[in-house]
Amino acid sequence: MDEILEILEKDGRANIEDIAKMIRKKPNEVKKAIKKYEKEGAILRYKAVINKELIKDSEAEVRALIEVNIVPQKDLGFDKIAERIYSFPEVNSCYLISGTYDLLVVVEGKNLHTVSNFVAEKLSCLENVRGTTTHFLLKKYKEDGVILKHRSENKRIAISY
Amino acid sequence: MQISKVVEKMQPSGIRAFFDLVLGMKEVISLGVGEPDFVTPWQVREAGIYSLEQGFTSYTSNKGLYKLRLGIHRYLKNKFGLDYCPDEEILITVGVSEGLDLALRSLINPNDKILIPQPSYVSYGPVTELAGGIPVYIETSKDGFKITPKLLEKHIDKKTKGIVLNYPANPTGISYRRKELEEINKVLSKHNIICISDEVYGDLTYDFVHVAYPTLTKAKNNTVYLNGFSKSYAMTGWRVGFACGPKEIIAAMTKIHQYTIMCVPITSQMAASEALVSARKSVEEMKREYNRRKEFVVAELNSLGLRCQRPQGAFYVFPSIKSTGLNSLDFSRKLLEEEKVAVVPGTAFGARSEGYIRISYACSMDNLREALNRIKRFLEKKR
Repeated sequence: MDEILEILEKDGRANIEDIAKMIRKKPNEVKKAIKKYEKEGAILRYKAVINKELIKDSEAEVRALIEVNIVPQKDLGFDKIAERIYSFPEVNSCYLISGTYDLLVVVEGKNLHTVSNFVAEKLSCLENVRGTTTHFLLKKYKEDGVILKHRSENKRIAISY
Repeated sequence: MQISKVVEKMQPSGIRAFFDLVLGMKEVISLGVGEPDFVTPWQVREAGIYSLEQGFTSYTSNKGLYKLRLGIHRYLKNKFGLDYCPDEEILITVGVSEGLDLALRSLINPNDKILIPQPSYVSYGPVTELAGGIPVYIETSKDGFKITPKLLEKHIDKKTKGIVLNYPANPTGISYRRKELEEINKVLSKHNIICISDEVYGDLTYDFVHVAYPTLTKAKNNTVYLNGFSKSYAMTGWRVGFACGPKEIIAAMTKIHQYTIMCVPITSQMAASEALVSARKSVEEMKREYNRRKEFVVAELNSLGLRCQRPQGAFYVFPSIKSTGLNSLDFSRKLLEEEKVAVVPGTAFGARSEGYIRISYACSMDNLREALNRIKRFLEKKR
């Protein structure tokens, strides 16, 4: 992977001047490369990783992982049905996977109720959906490589040879 | 109580007071740390924990766990094509520090001279003296901090027994390409001088491939190769290093080691053994990260008028602060007091490194950026 992407993947706010210094290139070249990645869709967007458990005034959110069994559609396979599913705004992520079921769908809602309603009234009713199993998420420990815990203090002594 | 004359004569580092000042202050951004800011990769820590659960709490053989020596043998073979026999030519030591001490004590007869290019890591001189030798310091600041054949020839005489070479170097970050090393090797072998090569930063070489000293022409029989896990695997606190060399010297070093240390803690040896197996990828990742920080720091320092060479390895830069008119210690102390940024005065690494400071970029990009902003503000006030 290009080093620019490597840097941005870790720190989406890294600025162009700093990146240019880090990889010994001109700011203009870096800017151009980033623009190109954005245009191609290699960089889709920049977002913050938020530990929602620490945000007291936010409305609590419920997440569920739903295993979905589907009957593939002729000529289109799984893609068409997946599209019908992932287009719902409630769906946060959607993966086609190997194993005993076909799609893994991550759904977010305000509470248990909204998520259950979504599964019962929308997901299960889809023509090609054969069955679903819903797992509610209880606690998040690590997400996308980020450990959701207060960073521990640096334990090094402040000065050494 | 009457303390040994040699110890009494040893200079307690002149900047001890400055270090105490740093340690007593809060909320300091420290660019003065000589160890990685990463913690040991998890799989390595886990191996240490697992070994304790399994009840591995005993001594090991003096030379160290065979499995670790074998791992080191394989690592050196793969990386450099070096063939050190795990039975007779490899010794596990308590960091490179112990390896250095053992090598010097095994080699030195009273008043033998040991060449030490400076600026250098702080222990080389004192440990030489403790072993009964005479350190001969070679100042390199006029030669881009590199030792040259000419400098060597100037300092060698009949009593010269060895040299302590360190590359990539602490505190300057300089390193050598094969051609330069072969020239050094030619002079050393002509005078039959033993090279103690401290290559603990070897894995952190940026612009070219690190060359291990014993791979040079006919050098292996005259070299003690020292390396360890501290820097490349972020394992400073585990204290594991290793020494490789001809079997006579390793046997001699093992003799001292068995009476003084016995063996390196087994937990640390177990963890180190795992590091060789599964943490090579982490080493590469850390290296890439250091490299980016290095480029950032060098660009910033040069733009601030603190001239520095681009380091080729380790995680230090050694900029000149002569343009400020301050000496190393005053610069460091004022920077600490006024802006709460800690650096190490160059004079810690040799009396003649006046006018330089050591900056370690083993800290997060955020801290690095903030520290450099503060240095900028500091310089604006001073100029």
